[in-house]
Amino acid sequence: MKITTLLASAALALGLATAAVAQDTTKVGFVYVGPVGDGGWTFTHDQARQQVEAEFGDAVETVFVESVAEGPDAERVMTQMALNGADLIFTTSFGYMDPTNNVAAKFPDVKFEHATGYKRLHPNVSTYSARFYEGRAVQGHIAGSMTESNIIGYIASFPIPEVIRGINSAYLHASKLNPDVEFKIIWVYTWFDPAKEADAATALIEQGADVILQHTDSTAPHAAAQEAGNVITFGQASDMSAYAPFPRVSAILDEWGDYYIARTRAVMDGTWESVDTWHGIGDGMVGIGEITDAVPANVKEEAMALKASLADGSYHAFTGPINKQDGSVWLAEGETADDGTLAGMNFYVEGVTGDIPQ
Amino acid sequence: MDLSAINPILLIAALMSAATPILLAATGELVAERAGVLNLGVEGMMIVGAICGFAIAVETGSPVVGFIAAALGGAMLSLLFAFLTQVTLANQVASGLALTLFGLGLSALLGQGYVGIKPPRMPDVNFGFLADIPVIGPILFSHDPILYFGIGLVAAVWAALKFTRAGLVLRAVGENHDAAHALGYKVVRIRTLAIMFGGACAGMGGAYISLIRVPQWTEGMTAGVGWIALALVVFASWKPWRVLLGAYLFGGITQLQLNLQGAGVAIPVEYLAMSPYVITIVVLVILSADKSAAPGSLGRTFHASS
Repeated sequence: MKITTLLASAALALGLATAAVAQDTTKVGFVYVGPVGDGGWTFTHDQARQQVEAEFGDAVETVFVESVAEGPDAERVMTQMALNGADLIFTTSFGYMDPTNNVAAKFPDVKFEHATGYKRLHPNVSTYSARFYEGRAVQGHIAGSMTESNIIGYIASFPIPEVIRGINSAYLHASKLNPDVEFKIIWVYTWFDPAKEADAATALIEQGADVILQHTDSTAPHAAAQEAGNVITFGQASDMSAYAPFPRVSAILDEWGDYYIARTRAVMDGTWESVDTWHGIGDGMVGIGEITDAVPANVKEEAMALKASLADGSYHAFTGPINKQDGSVWLAEGETADDGTLAGMNFYVEGVTGDIPQ
Repeated sequence: MDLSAINPILLIAALMSAATPILLAATGELVAERAGVLNLGVEGMMIVGAICGFAIAVETGSPVVGFIAAALGGAMLSLLFAFLTQVTLANQVASGLALTLFGLGLSALLGQGYVGIKPPRMPDVNFGFLADIPVIGPILFSHDPILYFGIGLVAAVWAALKFTRAGLVLRAVGENHDAAHALGYKVVRIRTLAIMFGGACAGMGGAYISLIRVPQWTEGMTAGVGWIALALVVFASWKPWRVLLGAYLFGGITQLQLNLQGAGVAIPVEYLAMSPYVITIVVLVILSADKSAAPGSLGRTFHASS
């Protein structure tokens, strides 16, 4: 086994030497699940990548690969990036969780950051996500105030905690001021398929929904709503302002730029360590897109107040009393949800109908 | 559960619209395959058609001109495939896959300036009082012209393949290119035309998505429809009417499962989500139990010297 030790230390020395030489440029890689022009999730990550470039100039080189399927293909792309000398790799979809950890095991000197996951199996893996449910609380409030048919359509992507949390948060805040509100939920099993998203929106509208909430990345549901005439929608991930002021009346914004800049700087300083980040409106990772004048002034005011209370921490989007769908008590009066339960949320709250696909 | 929330008339009208892109692309591919060419680049030709049609419709303000541009765009791209496979004798499978990758990249490039723009709308055909007939009106007489064009195309392709001399020659080239060549038919020329026809149809299918079904441009918006169209041709055992049936079946079950979910039907969603694929395959496999097989020269390279 001596030869391997020798090789390992030689490789280590070589690694240190190259690290010293490569000090001038830090290479940052990004793995995207959709095309950068999707106008939603991947678009916002790519905007943030450009902010990193603008911040550091020539000191940083960024590379990205778009439309990478979740699965073995992702592992191949990440391995390739690491072999090509990336110092830091952001993998920006939930389905990259296991591939990220697998590749991280093989490249201990490369830092990996996985978006929306919870597995940090190696010291060179960090996870980060945004508290989108805070934004969904604000949308839910507007949706509940605006609906006249009391039917709100929800286009859901995959049955993972992230999406379920969004449904629950939107429902709680929609039903708070409008107890008659009903959610119709369609699972489309895709993050990005404009035709399917448009079909789902049309089906919901035909069944009486006059508000469409979406947890998919394209602007197709907005086009379908516009066609129908009196249906309102919300931008997802990016502003989707092409459909403002109507039907798109507000949006949840993903703001990754500050985080990406901070983490890139940490790699350059040598202060990077494995952390779990979950920031919300208060830390600027979640934004609320402009609420248009299609929303009555008093509703807009309430929504802004709700946003402010979420931002300064005086209100938590999941504050009791809240029961689970089966009627059992989840949170007592005044109690707030802990992050562990939120991160693994696999149940609907009381009032949401239907079953979560298992 | 509230099944009354589903309106069957709207459902049928929606399924016809949902099936049209698959129908157009599959009909084009059927002609190419009957001529003995396996072009796996349908997805690439569709997405290029989607952006060509969208861009030209936006620039000229005319959706009809957009559809013509989409057909031209798809046909132009397919010429690349024709050059690779008919002139340089490259492998058809590899060339087709390359065409899809190339088309996806090219469309993203062409579409840079078109994100977030609304295209001009294509008005529905005005059938006058016919559209007011209960049930039949909304189902049969409330659509855009391209949808009727798609159905007409299937009928035309069927009739041309079955009854015309040109159709016979095309099939002969597909069944046995050496024999057709010996009889004096220009195999390469006929195949190139068939490839271009396939490209034009795929291009129009793509434009149907970007101009009518979704009305907007987004990168990668065909999202696999081209692959479904390819599979449909095989399961329809290279017969035009079965392509129509398969496309409507697939579009119909897709719409139905979305509506069932909205109505809260207590079937696990995963089964609903996969049902369009499973049911379409099962029905077409049962139908294809007859003796008809793939064209004899499908996917084989032809060179006059061999």
